[in-house]
Amino acid sequence: MRIPLSWLREYAQVPADARAEDVMAELVKVGLEEEAVHRPMDQLQGPIVVGQVLSIVKEPQTNGKTINWCEVRVVPAGQQQTLTGDGVDPSGVQGIVCGAHNFEVGDKVVVTLPGAVLPGDFRISPRKTYGHVSAGMIASVRELGIGEDHDGILVLGTLALDPELGSDALELLGLYDEAAEINVTPDRGYCFSIRGVAREYAHATGTAFTDPADGVKVTAASGTGYPVQLQDDAPIYARPGCDRFVARTVRGVDAAAPTPTWMSARLRLAGIRSISLAVDISNYVMWELGQPLHCYDADKLSGDIVVRRARSGEKLETLDGKVRALDVEDLLISDDSGGIGIAGVMGGAATEVSAGTTNVLIESAHFDEVSIGRSRRRHKLPSEASKRFERGVDWEIADVAAQRVVDLLVELAGGTAETTATDVGTKPVPVVIGLSGGYASARIGIDFTDEQITTALRDIGATLTPGAAHGAQTAVGNWYDVTVPSWRPDLETRDDLTEEIARLVGYDKIPSTLPVAPPGRGLTRVQQQRRRLVQALADAGLTEVLAYPFAAKAANETFGTADADAPRQMIKLANPISEEQGYLRTSILPGLLEIARRNHSRGFRDLAVFEAGLVFLPDGGTLGTDQIPPLGIRPSEAVLDTLYDGLPAQPLHIGAVLTGKDSPLAAGHSARAWDYADALDLARLAGDVLGVEVVLTQGSHQAFHPGRTAELSLRSGERIGYAGELHPKLLAELDMPARSVALELDADKLFDAAPDVIVAKHLSTFPIATQDVALVVPAQIPAVQVLEALRSGAGELLEDVALFDDYRGPGLGEGMKSLAFGLRFRAPDRTLTAEEASAAREAAVAVAAERFGAILRA
Amino acid sequence: MSENTETPGGSGITASAPDPTDNAAVGAAVEHAVAAFAAAVTLDELKAARLAHTGEKSPLSLANRGIGALAKEQKAAAGKLMGASRGRVNKALAARTAELEAEDAARILLEETVDVTAAPRRRRAGARHPLSTLQERVSDIFVGMGWEIAEGPELESEWFNFDALNFKPDHPAREMQDTFFAEPAQAHLVLRTHTSPVQVRSMLERELPIYVLCPGKVFRTDELDATHTPVFHQFEGLAIDRHLSMADLLGTLEHFTRQLFGEEAKVRLRPNYFPFTEPSAELDIWHPGAKGGARWIEWGGCGMVNANVLRAAGIDPEIYSGFAFGMGIERALMFRNEVGDMRDMIEGDVRFSEHFGMEI
Repeated sequence: MRIPLSWLREYAQVPADARAEDVMAELVKVGLEEEAVHRPMDQLQGPIVVGQVLSIVKEPQTNGKTINWCEVRVVPAGQQQTLTGDGVDPSGVQGIVCGAHNFEVGDKVVVTLPGAVLPGDFRISPRKTYGHVSAGMIASVRELGIGEDHDGILVLGTLALDPELGSDALELLGLYDEAAEINVTPDRGYCFSIRGVAREYAHATGTAFTDPADGVKVTAASGTGYPVQLQDDAPIYARPGCDRFVARTVRGVDAAAPTPTWMSARLRLAGIRSISLAVDISNYVMWELGQPLHCYDADKLSGDIVVRRARSGEKLETLDGKVRALDVEDLLISDDSGGIGIAGVMGGAATEVSAGTTNVLIESAHFDEVSIGRSRRRHKLPSEASKRFERGVDWEIADVAAQRVVDLLVELAGGTAETTATDVGTKPVPVVIGLSGGYASARIGIDFTDEQITTALRDIGATLTPGAAHGAQTAVGNWYDVTVPSWRPDLETRDDLTEEIARLVGYDKIPSTLPVAPPGRGLTRVQQQRRRLVQALADAGLTEVLAYPFAAKAANETFGTADADAPRQMIKLANPISEEQGYLRTSILPGLLEIARRNHSRGFRDLAVFEAGLVFLPDGGTLGTDQIPPLGIRPSEAVLDTLYDGLPAQPLHIGAVLTGKDSPLAAGHSARAWDYADALDLARLAGDVLGVEVVLTQGSHQAFHPGRTAELSLRSGERIGYAGELHPKLLAELDMPARSVALELDADKLFDAAPDVIVAKHLSTFPIATQDVALVVPAQIPAVQVLEALRSGAGELLEDVALFDDYRGPGLGEGMKSLAFGLRFRAPDRTLTAEEASAAREAAVAVAAERFGAILRA
Repeated sequence: MSENTETPGGSGITASAPDPTDNAAVGAAVEHAVAAFAAAVTLDELKAARLAHTGEKSPLSLANRGIGALAKEQKAAAGKLMGASRGRVNKALAARTAELEAEDAARILLEETVDVTAAPRRRRAGARHPLSTLQERVSDIFVGMGWEIAEGPELESEWFNFDALNFKPDHPAREMQDTFFAEPAQAHLVLRTHTSPVQVRSMLERELPIYVLCPGKVFRTDELDATHTPVFHQFEGLAIDRHLSMADLLGTLEHFTRQLFGEEAKVRLRPNYFPFTEPSAELDIWHPGAKGGARWIEWGGCGMVNANVLRAAGIDPEIYSGFAFGMGIERALMFRNEVGDMRDMIEGDVRFSEHFGMEI
């Protein structure tokens, strides 16, 4: 909302030297946040004066153009030029070359003299052109920065202006004024008016406020104006779409009369384009009083105006020239011809005021917030009118605003007001809120005095109604029955009033106290596990990154479930940032690979990145619910369960991508290329730091190398993810280096599998007995299975067993390999004899021989 | 001295044994030995000197053996002389041995010198993302105050994200937060626009009183630029107890900001509007370490929990009141750590995280 300061000054005590910044600094104290300053003089500099064209010589040019060589008088006849400077002629007559042709000898125009500056840092100085010295410029509205029209220069006569020669054109055009732009929160509809902001300015500064409504005297007698019927047969939330309609008629207007510059200057600063006098007046009054208004050409109306819901299939051509299909929920202003306006949103084209209009019907109505909001959203037609109606307009102001429009039309367009008016509708019951002073004090932490409370509430326009309980001393302070002002539909509860009191007393008066929370339980176990896991990956040398959780469908399919016949379930966004990334991720890896690629392109080839984040895994069950419970009431357990159950699983996954080398280039050091084993190792590490064993088996996943991938699972057999080398074809498609590796696992499953209590193990201090065995087995037997066979055969004396060599080559049979294991034996209660250790070893080998035909290698 | 000294190898020593009763002769042999040890400059030379002066054939050994041939009354004095003399020699030998061994060890260490400035870095230092680290830092401050950390889903039911928070279905406030909707529309699922749904879940699920912090990822349909990102992080606080006031809100915020920004930090509240709080306030902090000098910085919103929000969670507003606040982590990172461009936080350039390492 932009507030021209000259306008605000009419109703609030703004110091003469205050600038827009000063005004905003005051308004922010009461909750109107500063947005911007609009000050034409930031871009303009005089001398810019009124001149009169004395002569025009048309000079055709070789390029086909015709220019005008003009003499322009810029001081009153008979007076000397008092301005000085290069190019300013002492005679008071400037020679100026002008390319436009829409003016004549005798016209008064705006002349920018040498030394002036126009928007865009356009500096005016005498210059040689077309064989003349052109000392200044005859300006267009566009060059002055006050309009878009660049067809020709600004002829002051068309604005009905006849100023003295040499007078300051900046003053004449209202360019010394400036506007403060503030942000109005959705609850404060009344601040979309000078009236509302002036009141707030008075609150902020503790100065006097003059209500512009008080300056308007409603003269017409109500009852016999243009016939209007309110016929809402389908109210929304049982609230009628229109509960007041004021109609006034002004006859014999000159619709083509120009808008006075004082009005167009304010509208321009307010950010409103000047259209025509009638429209400008209705906009001006809306800005001043907050009441949206509409002017109809009364001669284009036929029959009674009826405010009703649109009928199925009904259409209306709106002011913007578009034909709109109406919804049965749209509130429609209609006459015998059909729709003439979507109420509170936009008027119809057929009945609009034009240059030939002589009789004007003014609509000043009060519409329901919800109804207007829905029509605005439905037709995507945000307008200054709908913005105000949606936030609530003062029911009481409708006749005042209509009167103000009537007065201005009479004054500026030469019309005659009809003496009778239409004013139909039902006044809403005023909202009365009971408030105890103690409640407000307790909520804010300030012990408010009776005077602070009554002053604040009266200042905002509330009435403290003497009621049965009013003024009574209660256990928690004085009781107030507060009738809220008609322009504050946002005030509904005692908390709303509490805020008003605190706001006017000042938030800076609130003291500071620190409440003591009851003893807390610290981070939950899962929160601790998550921190440990993420920190462990960083400690292991990986860099944490955070990708967006948006993914392409194809990426979700590639990195999603490995089960060939499982449906690829995923959540689609209705309004994604980009259509390519239109889904929620089912895997961490696409985002990580994108980040890896980006780093690559920035010259970082050795990377180890990871992310811990949620993925979205719908399982085909019902998503959400179309039964959204109402607000302000706790839903039943059954309804809550529906809400909870309607969400897809969103587990925390960790993913990592490693590519290039494991350490930086250095003298005396050969860096190792990351390989599949690093990915596997990180998966095991993730388990280790949580006390969970991650079991690796030969795995298969469409995104990974078919022979270099481990499926990750828990001891229970539950699968938790994959690790290994990414599929070479995929890496080529992604333009990533060959042999890049990755892992992804479901961290929530790891957390869940972690033991609650780890039971200590007895540490034997008796000596160790070590024995090595080399076993020849078929090459396709996984080493871990041979190891498990040895472990189960060796019995309780085995402390540890580890694979230390995998040999394939000469000396072995075709398709065989030799696996060498180190076995460590120890007893809890004695020193083992060599015989005992050997016996255990033989028992271990026997199981391996039985399971896999393993042969002890000589 | 050196010209009188025997060659360290001692090869020229003739085994002419001094008389074990001759004080002067024995003393000379001792001096001779001590000088030879001192003259040895390597452990090998010292070994040769040791053999020459303490070996079987050395003058002192021979003299010692000569005691047996002496008269009985001479034996005691000679024994004493020889014992003392050999003691002196052995002591000198031990001292010199220690000296030369130390020198030798020092020489070896010196020879092993490397250029430490050229040492390779074999371990890659990993890094946390500063948004994660800062989120943990903030959480720890509240945990230290006895608060607990509450979390929830990112894809959320519209009721938790809006209705339960007193966003009326048709009110313009609902459009203040540009929302990502999931398909199908009738499922009414949204990417949460704030972590407030976690507040609602906390109120529904936890016992009163409640003091929780809700950090997490949130979503708005803003295009990515230097100051906007469609995915960002927040932390929201919620306290529900008997007799809580706005003064308690202010005190909590002040305590917190002092820990994150230093003792000089201050908090300022300005009136504002949110559907879920009444009264509501905009929260500015006085940041003493701000780039370009201490100043007020707009950081978030806060207020007293709207009675309708309490009712939606089944909490009686006649008995309980509460306050809530919400701030952005990205914004904090921008003004606390002087990150100039939002894109640095989300593009995943490893230099960004690695610069911070594990700290913030």
